[in-house]
Amino acid sequence: MYPQARFFIRTALIYLVCAFMVGALILFNQALEIDGRIAALMPVFYHLLMVGWITQLICGVSLWMFPPYSRERPRGDERLGWFTYGALNAGLLLRAVFEPLHAWQPQPWLGWMLAPAALLQVLGIWSFVAAIWPRVKGRPSSPRPQQ
Amino acid sequence: MPRLSQLMVRTALVWLAIGYTFGGLVLSTKGVPLLPGLWALRSAHIHVLLVGWTVQLACGVAFWILPRLAQGERGDERPVWGCYAAINIGVSLGVLQSVFAATAGWLRWLLLLVGALYLAAAALFLRHAWPRIRPFAVGA
Repeated sequence: MYPQARFFIRTALIYLVCAFMVGALILFNQALEIDGRIAALMPVFYHLLMVGWITQLICGVSLWMFPPYSRERPRGDERLGWFTYGALNAGLLLRAVFEPLHAWQPQPWLGWMLAPAALLQVLGIWSFVAAIWPRVKGRPSSPRPQQ
Repeated sequence: MPRLSQLMVRTALVWLAIGYTFGGLVLSTKGVPLLPGLWALRSAHIHVLLVGWTVQLACGVAFWILPRLAQGERGDERPVWGCYAAINIGVSLGVLQSVFAATAGWLRWLLLLVGALYLAAAALFLRHAWPRIRPFAVGA
């Protein structure tokens, strides 16, 4: 497994643990009524799980295992993958911090922080689609024998 | 990767890009409510990413990599074509319903059709994949 895929998959595993920590906190709160503000973490839980874990794991495994782009450059332009990694994680972390803060203290500047969080995640995913699209293909035909 | 898997994976990638765009608009609207109507995309965002992206990608990749049948073939492709059609018609109708639900209440009846299409997609894929869940053949 090459380094970029390892970054995606290890980061996804960290998000899995973080997501279930937040999920457990929400469940404990539902059972014990610790603090009403904890309920505002529900969208963060969903997105840590679906973006941080599921989507990022899919990105890492598909960049690793999908058919090669070419013999010379099996993974195509790796910069697209790195941009995806950076933008997706920066966007998700911004969201994880500012979405609950905005729910607890609805100040305009906290709300404005959700716009770059959204933009970074959208750009990250578009970049992933651009990176993987040319690798969705059949097995290359074997070269014709020299005459 | 077989042709049908290529089609399913590429369609899933299109839904991924659309779904994240919807999600980005919803999240921005949550923070900066300049166009509150965009909040209506939230349900479409869920249909697109859960079914159009995640389920369709899983079906497309499974059709590609599950063990082949005894004759070295993937078996009858028709149920997977049906699954492909049902997923994509269902997601498209789900998006339509979500976007126009506020202005056309009668569209909620579309949800019955969307649910039936999702169920049909699952049943058709199960019909295809079930016999392929087996040990790899020796030498395959």
